Amino acid sequence: MSEVLLKVENLKTYFYQASGVSKAVDGVSFSLNQGETMGIVGESGSGKSVTSSSIMRLLPAKTGRIVDGTILFGDTDIRSLSQREILSFRGNDFAMIFQNPMTSLDPVFKVGRQMTEMILAHRKISKREAWEIAVDALAQVGIPEPEKRMNSYPHELSGGMCQRVIIAMAVCSNPKLIIADEPTTALDVTVQAQVLELLRELQRKNGTSILLITHNLGVVWEMCDTVMVMYAGKTVEYATCKELYANPLHPYTWGLLDSMPKLSSDSKKELAAIPGVPPDLRLTGTCCNFYNRCPYCTDLCREAIPPLTELTPGHFVACHRQSETQTLERGGSLDG
Amino acid sequence: MGDKKSRPSGDALGREANIEMLKRERRANNAWHKLKRNKIAMAGLFVIVFMVLVAIFAPLLAPYPPNKVNPGQAYLPFGSPGHIFGTDDLGRDLLSRIIYGGRISLIVAVGATFVGATLGILLGLTAGYFGGWLDSLIMRIMDGMFSFPFILMAMILITVIGNGVLNVTFAIGIANVPSFARVVRGQVHIVKREEYCNAGKVIGVSNTRQLFCHILPNTMSQIIVYATLRVADAIISEAFLSFLGLGIALPTASWGSILKTGRECLTTAPHVATIGGVFILVTVLGFNLLGDGIRDIMDPKMKQ
Amino acid sequence: MDERRVVLQVQGVSKDFEIKSKEVFGKKQTLHALTDVNLHIYQGETLGIIGESGCGKSTLGRCMVRLHKPTRGRILCDGEDIFALKGEKQQKLCRDIQMIFQDPYSSLDPRRTAAYSVAEPLRVHGILKNQDAIDERVLELMQEVGLDLQHLSRYPHEFSGGQRQRINIARAIALNPKVIVCDEPVSALDVSIQAQVINLFRRMQREHGLTYVFISHDLGIIKYISDRIAIMYLGRVVELCSAEAIYRSPLHPYTKALLSAIPPESPFDKKERIILAGDIPSPIGEQIGCPLAGRCPSCMERCKKEAPGLKDYKKGHQVACFLYD
Repeated sequence: MSEVLLKVENLKTYFYQASGVSKAVDGVSFSLNQGETMGIVGESGSGKSVTSSSIMRLLPAKTGRIVDGTILFGDTDIRSLSQREILSFRGNDFAMIFQNPMTSLDPVFKVGRQMTEMILAHRKISKREAWEIAVDALAQVGIPEPEKRMNSYPHELSGGMCQRVIIAMAVCSNPKLIIADEPTTALDVTVQAQVLELLRELQRKNGTSILLITHNLGVVWEMCDTVMVMYAGKTVEYATCKELYANPLHPYTWGLLDSMPKLSSDSKKELAAIPGVPPDLRLTGTCCNFYNRCPYCTDLCREAIPPLTELTPGHFVACHRQSETQTLERGGSLDG
Repeated sequence: MGDKKSRPSGDALGREANIEMLKRERRANNAWHKLKRNKIAMAGLFVIVFMVLVAIFAPLLAPYPPNKVNPGQAYLPFGSPGHIFGTDDLGRDLLSRIIYGGRISLIVAVGATFVGATLGILLGLTAGYFGGWLDSLIMRIMDGMFSFPFILMAMILITVIGNGVLNVTFAIGIANVPSFARVVRGQVHIVKREEYCNAGKVIGVSNTRQLFCHILPNTMSQIIVYATLRVADAIISEAFLSFLGLGIALPTASWGSILKTGRECLTTAPHVATIGGVFILVTVLGFNLLGDGIRDIMDPKMKQ
Repeated sequence: MDERRVVLQVQGVSKDFEIKSKEVFGKKQTLHALTDVNLHIYQGETLGIIGESGCGKSTLGRCMVRLHKPTRGRILCDGEDIFALKGEKQQKLCRDIQMIFQDPYSSLDPRRTAAYSVAEPLRVHGILKNQDAIDERVLELMQEVGLDLQHLSRYPHEFSGGQRQRINIARAIALNPKVIVCDEPVSALDVSIQAQVINLFRRMQREHGLTYVFISHDLGIIKYISDRIAIMYLGRVVELCSAEAIYRSPLHPYTKALLSAIPPESPFDKKERIILAGDIPSPIGEQIGCPLAGRCPSCMERCKKEAPGLKDYKKGHQVACFLYD
């Protein structure tokens, strides 16, 4: 099949705080193919954003550190790059789209100036050429009257427009990988639909890979080819979208799928909520992180970390109760 | 690095472990523990505590009464036997005068800040919370007071009410009111837009309760930082007023009045003014360092 | 039409905000947050209000709890105008309508313990005088929302978002209100916690006979929790119907577009999109015609000149669109 663009193996990123070591990412493995979209879903604090900042090497220098694992981008080991080398990677090969479009742009400079400066920082071309590239990029993301918009301040644009500008900035260097961290969470559904459509269209045209971080499963179903479910810093399940939806294996994934009310059903039955709260990340690392919320928990779950195993080709799961020899039946009561 | 090889425990994520974690976090986020980690602020605190202790135990520490005149031993230099800091124009022991003077200077500075803060908080809370014409009225009066330089303001007040420890304290305090009122009003404007103030209104919390149970406690940390920095200013103000002869009247010792004595003999006995100046400098620095330190630990972004 | 008792009645409510012009000496402009909103809220039901940001749903909620005073129109609780009451009666009314805010992180005073926050309404209204009685009631309330003794003396920053929202619920039900206005109470929470809190809301409604006005932008949640749903767009209610009807037979073009924009429920589900062109128009300045006219695929000449009113289409289903005149 197509070639692997990004391969992350057993990534561990810890934060060193006065009150203890927070294991924000504690064993994440996945690979992303050229031109595909992968979704990372998880709750807040599950480490999905830290995973992306680790790949971009954008961790807070004082407290955060990658302690283990490999991040391969093509043949390059991202962990071994120097600060200077990573800078050129960020501008040319990666691009990032953040959650809040209003705060990702500097409010005191015009859109045009921010875009041209960004382009000039990575390419040796004239100001005029950079300006033209920027106008083209704005037109490409469907902004009407791009010349006029170049002279607008960010606060004069709506949230959806700002996010388009950010996407334009991301695509004008023709990156191989776009990391989108909750790109539509701050937007309304009708605008979200527009932005997702735009991302898909750009991907079709340029063959970019997208790493989409979100907590919204609907967005994943719409956008992604593969999906990784994270919980408390770990990959708990990793498969193609269709496989994950049709045949989810991890009890946490079941909980996620069942706890959302379905628009198409009129059922007013009590929602199947996962009891309890996610664990404190300073306490994890000696057992299955989900055991205290899992109705299928056994003694083994309390004592050992379940390894991420490939049960069927391309479908990975980290659960003691799901293996070649024994399987769990989904739909057992979640009353735990 | 990496995983600590801890024995797999029966209930790693259980209730006990979580409560233990909460305790550790409380300890780490405890204001005192954060301050202890800030070395510069601790240095400031050390200076202040030292000065305060010296002021409290002045009668025990001072080798001579501060006003004991001994004309035969005037202008003894620094390091003379029996008078470590030397003596001034009337032969009074400088060490004793510094020790007793510290008492007056600190009382005036802290007292003035207290007066300024109390009035400023009341005015700032009222103006910021109620807004409208009351806000305009209070703040225009404050602006009027602001248009006089701080020291000029204090000087005018002292000329009107006369000098003496109490009056100087009061004068510097009044001159401090506008700046406190402005800081408090600004904070109130931020806090009163917080959702919990709206939540209070929906529940039916009265204005007084809202102001004193919710808004004031939430602005207090900013006020404390500001007050610490103002104490340093008040020490300088007292010294300056006394230096001009408007503050603490001689023969009562204060760091300002020691400076004034020193000015008259600056060429013949420079140690008098120098020692007074050094004590003012160190104490002011102490308050400033502590104030900056508290501001840093109050800032949630400074979490480590 | 309906024999159930009306608890809260919104009559022709409009809310305008004056905003400063961009130019230094420019004229003040008017932001029309709400325009002529009429709603009946029945005893014991849940009325869902859905719309995109800036549609006025939060402003409407805040008018109901008297945080905003409507520019025109009245809001009646049990037949009495909530803005006209004074003194004793106002205090009583204050207890009847409570609110739960969107952001669980800012809606609790960071310097007060959970116990203090829950006890505050009891103290303010003098419901319980004795400290022991207050302590007992606070613990009872906390246990009702699934917290216990160890949580009483904790500060808000020591709780997770879901737990804070539980404290807010305990605080609201402390006064035995009739109506609770819930302004996006779960949108800041994670999916697994959302389900817990929604289940708690439903249990509280069953046990206390509460009436909810539930504001949200998440159609799935609104449909699940509500009996009737009002869809708002640019300060107006454009459709009002039962929760089932919104998915089965949406009428208003905006409702249809909103439904089609929602991400699919499975990767096998491919949706036909009705894309509304452009952004939501600005609510600032004079508003002429139907608010959707500029984006609507079936816009007619008439839509640009006058705004359609909310009319009965069939029993229990009202829509504001000339297509159904």
